[in-house]
Amino acid sequence: MSAREVTALEASCASCHDCGLLTRVHRGETHGLHCPRCGAAIHLRKPRSLERTWALSIAAAICYLPANLFPVMTVTSLGKTQADTIMSGVIYFVEHGDWPLAVVIFTASVFVPLMKLGILFFLLISVWRRSSWRPVERTRLYRLTEAIGRWSMVDIFVITILVALVRLGNLATIEASAGAVFFGAVVVITILAAESFDPRIIWDRSDEVGR
Amino acid sequence: MPAAVSHLVACECCDLLHRIGVVPEGHTAKCRRCGDVLRRRPRNGAERTLALTIASLVLFIVANSFSFLAFDMRGLTTQTTLLTGVVDLWKQGKQEIAALVFLTIELAPVAQIGLLLWVLVPLRVDRVPWQLPRAFRLLRHAQTWSMLEVFMIGILVAIVKLLAMATVVPGVALWSFVILMLVLSGAVASFDPEEVWEKLEAER
Repeated sequence: MSAREVTALEASCASCHDCGLLTRVHRGETHGLHCPRCGAAIHLRKPRSLERTWALSIAAAICYLPANLFPVMTVTSLGKTQADTIMSGVIYFVEHGDWPLAVVIFTASVFVPLMKLGILFFLLISVWRRSSWRPVERTRLYRLTEAIGRWSMVDIFVITILVALVRLGNLATIEASAGAVFFGAVVVITILAAESFDPRIIWDRSDEVGR
Repeated sequence: MPAAVSHLVACECCDLLHRIGVVPEGHTAKCRRCGDVLRRRPRNGAERTLALTIASLVLFIVANSFSFLAFDMRGLTTQTTLLTGVVDLWKQGKQEIAALVFLTIELAPVAQIGLLLWVLVPLRVDRVPWQLPRAFRLLRHAQTWSMLEVFMIGILVAIVKLLAMATVVPGVALWSFVILMLVLSGAVASFDPEEVWEKLEAER
C-alpha cells in the first residue's frame, strides 16, 4: 500500500452493508446499484444516518425522564402497596449493604443509558461541527456504545423474573409499572440509534481537513 | 451490476482500504487506522459452528420444557418456566415489555439457531443454502437482539433480591439455559460468513 491512506470513498468504491464485498461505483453514483454477491442495495454511507441518529437519540432522551421518574414495579405485600423506581432499587441494595449488586444495577440501569446518550450526542455534535479531533478515540467511543447498550436490559429482566416468581395471592405480588415501559423504550431506541449512526462520517470529516 | 473489487477490503468503521489477502485460521485482521476488525477467521469455523448450534438446539428445547425457577415462601410455592414472566407481563397489560422480553430471550436466540442450521446443514452436504443473503441479513438482526447473557445477570440479581424473604430453587431448565448461553455464543463466535461466500465462489 502507498504511504498515503486511501479510503473506499476516495477510490470510488463502496462496501456492501450486508456482506462487506467491495465494489467499484462510478462518480459516487450508487442509485439503483445492487451488490453482485448478495443483492443488497449499495450505499456509500448508511442512508440518512445523521437524521435518523438525531431523531432516535432525542426520542430516547425524552423517554429517559419518565423511565427514571415513574415507578418500574409495584410490590403488594399483605395489603400494603409499594412502588419502586430504578433509583429506589439501587438504594434498596445499598441499605442492605449489598454493594456489588447496587453497583451492577446502577451501572446497567442508570449509568449505561446515560453514557450511551451522552456519547451519541457528543458524536453527533462533533460530526455536525466538522471536527477533526481525535477520530480514533471517537470511533472507539462509538464501538463502546454499540457494545454496552444491551446491558441496560438487566432491570427489565429482573422485573420479569420477579413478576413470575412472586405471586402468592394476598401474601405478595409484584406487577410491572409504567416506568418499565419507558425504560424498555430507552433501551430499544438507543440500540437503534447506535445502529443507524455511521462511524465513517467521523473520518470523512477529518479526511476533508487533512486534504 | 457494479464490478467487485475482490482483492481489497474497506474498514466498516473508517472506510480505509486494505489489502489483507488470506487470513490464516485462528487469526484476525484489524484496521491499521482505527483498529476495527476487518476479518476474523476462526479455526475450523463451519464444523465447529454446526456442532455448537446443534447442541444449542437441544439445550434450548430443554430450557423451555422444564421448571426454571421455583420460589418457596412460608410453604407457598410458585413454579415457573422460562416463559412464565412473559405470559404474566402480557396479562398485566404490559404487552410492550412482554414482547421485548420474548424477542430477546426466545425469538432472537431461536432465530440464531434456526438460521445457522439453515445455512450450515446444506453446505455440509454440498448444496447451496436457499435464500442465503436473506438468511445472513436476518442472522445479523437476530444477533443484535439476542440477550441471553444479559438475562443471566438479571436472574442473579433477582435471586439475590428474593433470598432475603424466601428460598429460590433453580430447576433443570435454568442450568441448561446457562450452558445454552455459553454454547450459543461459542457458535456465533466461530461462525464466519466470509468463509461461506468463499466456499460458494470456489464451487462456481
